[in-house]
Amino acid sequence: MTDDFPVLSAGPTPHTPLTDWDFTVRGATGERVTWTWAEFRLLPSESVTRDIHCVTKWSKLDTLWTGVSVDVLLDRLETTAAYVSAFSDGGYTTNLPLADLTGGKAWVAFGYGGDPLDPEHGGPARLLVPHLYFWKSAKWVRGLELRDRDEPGFWESYGYHNRGDPWREQRYQGD
Amino acid sequence: MARTAIPGRLNWQSARVGELIDETARARSIALELPDWTGHRAGQHVDVRLTAEDGYQAQRSYSIASAPADGRLVLTIERLDDGEVSPYLTDELRAGDELELRGPIGGYFVWEQSMGGPLFLIGGGSGIVPLQSMLRHHRATGSDAPLRLLYSARSRADMLYRDELARLTDEDEVDISLTLTRESPDGWEGYRRRIDADLLDAVGWRPQTRPLIYICGPNGFVETAANILVDLGHPPDRIRTERFGPTGTA
Repeated sequence: MTDDFPVLSAGPTPHTPLTDWDFTVRGATGERVTWTWAEFRLLPSESVTRDIHCVTKWSKLDTLWTGVSVDVLLDRLETTAAYVSAFSDGGYTTNLPLADLTGGKAWVAFGYGGDPLDPEHGGPARLLVPHLYFWKSAKWVRGLELRDRDEPGFWESYGYHNRGDPWREQRYQGD
Repeated sequence: MARTAIPGRLNWQSARVGELIDETARARSIALELPDWTGHRAGQHVDVRLTAEDGYQAQRSYSIASAPADGRLVLTIERLDDGEVSPYLTDELRAGDELELRGPIGGYFVWEQSMGGPLFLIGGGSGIVPLQSMLRHHRATGSDAPLRLLYSARSRADMLYRDELARLTDEDEVDISLTLTRESPDGWEGYRRRIDADLLDAVGWRPQTRPLIYICGPNGFVETAANILVDLGHPPDRIRTERFGPTGTA
């Protein structure tokens, strides 16, 4: 267990100004919805307390997050897609089954511990998928792309597990 | 140990401890003999797992210090006094003991000769270890990619690979800079301060040369160095980082 916040990232921390930030949901057939930061912050948000689990063997209990449920973000899009690629500043992507993001299980979080999420920990906004290993909770997230077919994201293409269920210790390929 | 051949699967294997080398008062290199090792790329790490008599298991990631062609796998491990795994590895482990590990792990924080340069390697504390693997690979392959290395340590006594780094400063392709953050020993010819923009600018390459930059160390060190280099004009996609976050309460 840890009181600090270890970091798994591959390059410099992006510092995108809020005036340049937007969030886009792209459908599998090209339709898209985009929110500016101001529009995004007008969406209904909620605060949730969850345990989080990093692939580098730490867990952090009872973390408090504020964000917009992915259900809200997908509300305006009809889709038959089964997978999602979350994309971020810095070029990172991570892949998830759509079912892991819907039904109140995932958020785009902009607050941590009652404060704005700082850039080092993924701010201004990161994906929050607490039931999977934390690399799936993409930092600096800028959008979700719905896909008919699954495709490995950044860490997944370097040997991390495709789904990343901490309760099955799915750290690396084949776990 | 049962080993089923699933492609891409990382199986645990038992390694036999060979030579042990005390690098500093707190750090030790461990040479390992593995029955089933497919090789690694410079910059990768392994997971080491310890099992107590009551079945309790603890595992941690450690960087590989040896070069791929060295013929043996060497880890360098620094003792964290309240760590669950490192004190055993630095203090208790003996030659001939068995150790469980799996790897190699990681594919982005790696350098291979074919990737070229110029190279700028920046290590803080034990963050030098994967960079040492890259440096050794660079020398072993006779790479002509110009390489600059900046190594920041608390004190001279905390510096890993001191003699080897001193020898390498004579080589044309390699330029090594050292800085100490917590002491200024007599006769010290390196830098004596924490990394800052002036130091990284003086020691590194001009951004126009588009160096490939690797930074490894504690999270704060890496964050500082990476932010400065971006501010100096280095493209973020040429900067690769590996951060040692605290595990547990360390």
